Amino acid sequence: MGEYVHSVTLDTAACRGCITCVKRCPTEAIRVRGGKARILKERCIDCGECIRVCPHHAKRAVTDHLAEMERYRYTIALPAPALYGQFNNLDDAEVVLAGLLEMGFDEVYEVAAAAELVSDATRLLLSQGGLERPVISSACPAVLRLIRVRFPELLDNVLPLVAPVELAARDAKRQASRRLGIPASEIGCVFISPCPAKMTAAKNPLGTGRSDIDLVVSVSEVYPALCSAMRQAGEPGEELAAAGRTGIGWGRSGGEAAATLHERYLAADGIENVIRVLEDMEDEKLRGLDFVELNACSSGCVGGVLNVENPYVAAVRLKRLGRYRPVACNHLEDAIPPDAKWDREVVYAPVMQLDQNPLRAMEMLGRIQEIESRLRGLDCGSCGAPSCHALAEDIVRGYATEDSCIYVLQEKLGAVMTSMMTQGFAQAEPEKEGAL
Amino acid sequence: MSGLHYHYQVPGDDVTRAGEASGAVKSTLKKMGIPPQVVRRVAIAMYEGEINLVIHGGGGEIDVDIDGATVRMVLRDQGPGIPDIQKAMEEGWSTASDSARSLGFGAGMGLPNMKKNTDEMTVESTVGEGTTVTMVVRLGG
Repeated sequence: MGEYVHSVTLDTAACRGCITCVKRCPTEAIRVRGGKARILKERCIDCGECIRVCPHHAKRAVTDHLAEMERYRYTIALPAPALYGQFNNLDDAEVVLAGLLEMGFDEVYEVAAAAELVSDATRLLLSQGGLERPVISSACPAVLRLIRVRFPELLDNVLPLVAPVELAARDAKRQASRRLGIPASEIGCVFISPCPAKMTAAKNPLGTGRSDIDLVVSVSEVYPALCSAMRQAGEPGEELAAAGRTGIGWGRSGGEAAATLHERYLAADGIENVIRVLEDMEDEKLRGLDFVELNACSSGCVGGVLNVENPYVAAVRLKRLGRYRPVACNHLEDAIPPDAKWDREVVYAPVMQLDQNPLRAMEMLGRIQEIESRLRGLDCGSCGAPSCHALAEDIVRGYATEDSCIYVLQEKLGAVMTSMMTQGFAQAEPEKEGAL
Repeated sequence: MSGLHYHYQVPGDDVTRAGEASGAVKSTLKKMGIPPQVVRRVAIAMYEGEINLVIHGGGGEIDVDIDGATVRMVLRDQGPGIPDIQKAMEEGWSTASDSARSLGFGAGMGLPNMKKNTDEMTVESTVGEGTTVTMVVRLGG
């Protein structure tokens, strides 16, 4: 496995080379070359925007599949809070959890339960001070990757805690291993995920060297089987729901921030809004805030591309579901468990940098500026790059030529035609003379 | 080494556009591989300057020159000018009324903050004619 493992991939046969995804990508990671979209691996943050907008369904999230559960002796389902938002008239999570057991999982551990522990840990860290304010949530893996490639100065502000699903996997696996006396390697933790970035985070984690999440299956794959299992499942013998309003609230934008119990917080969702907030933070425009929750998807995790339901509908359902639950059901005993903490630093990945040598990069920028002045500035995307500036950059990097611009090409062809016509006349003249 | 030159017009009638020039310079410096903490100082200083151009100067223009060692930003306006530059450079000094200050405006941090984030800064101003602020940040940090 290389440094960049991605969940978002392209179905070449389905791609028609339109530039819808190219324009939408927040890190300018897509180009159309040879009539097909190409993803620049080092730039991709797996936010899934291209999957969302592709009219031909050519962008796909590679996830694991339910059938792979067979590899494990004992399986634990880790449902994301967003999963509860997919069902109508849900008064409690009980029926969903029972359905998962009916589907064949041996155990269910709610990610929402672990989220309450992360909320406790966050409050503890905020009260201890020592973190750069405002503290930025680290739960959305696409946002974390975005900060790593575009906002290095803000890495110090990022909350050094693992995402709730990781803590859930670690806790669930350790408990099951101890209780059943079987090795951890025979236990499969299966995350039911609303988004492709979580897949990437499990296979190639940031902030920690290892992940206990063994399989990442999409909500949309689980949904049909779960619907019928929920119908068949009888009354569960014991109460399964183990998360309160706080944990369930993590599935929608603002839930995590509200759980810090700090008043001075901000919650932004949707990748453009997230970028605007990060730009403002970088320029020190946002002052007097303690906590910033950022979700790449509109409405938060319920807006993930692997869900089934409309994000706004799902968000309202989570709100309703939380109303019947206690505020929180899970608490840290005293200190933050080591499992919840990052064990390695997240370092800047300067993928936008033109050259290792700043002087050479500067020289390249000079050429970019010069090329850009010759382009029309329409940002039409016909060349396959998201903007004229990006094309100029690609040319200087050696990945494209000026002829990729259809307007430049049109002018050149025009000039050739004019010159052919005048030459044609010039050549025709002597013949005429000779004939005379 | 010829260096890079960028010119920006900052309109005086649109506060929402303040930040466009500093944003572009920020992105350029990141592409050059300038250390993030240096990029941030440039961004903060230039953004403050841009805001001043809009709010006090009625708009103006910015010239940015980048060579291998420094970034030099010259912000010009034809606004009312600053009668007492020394006073304007004091932290907390502001022309804003008490009621405006209670809303968080005019904290008197603009020019001092620009100075704090740059290696050199000069302010030339003539009342009734305008103000020119020149800032230099060394790229090595």
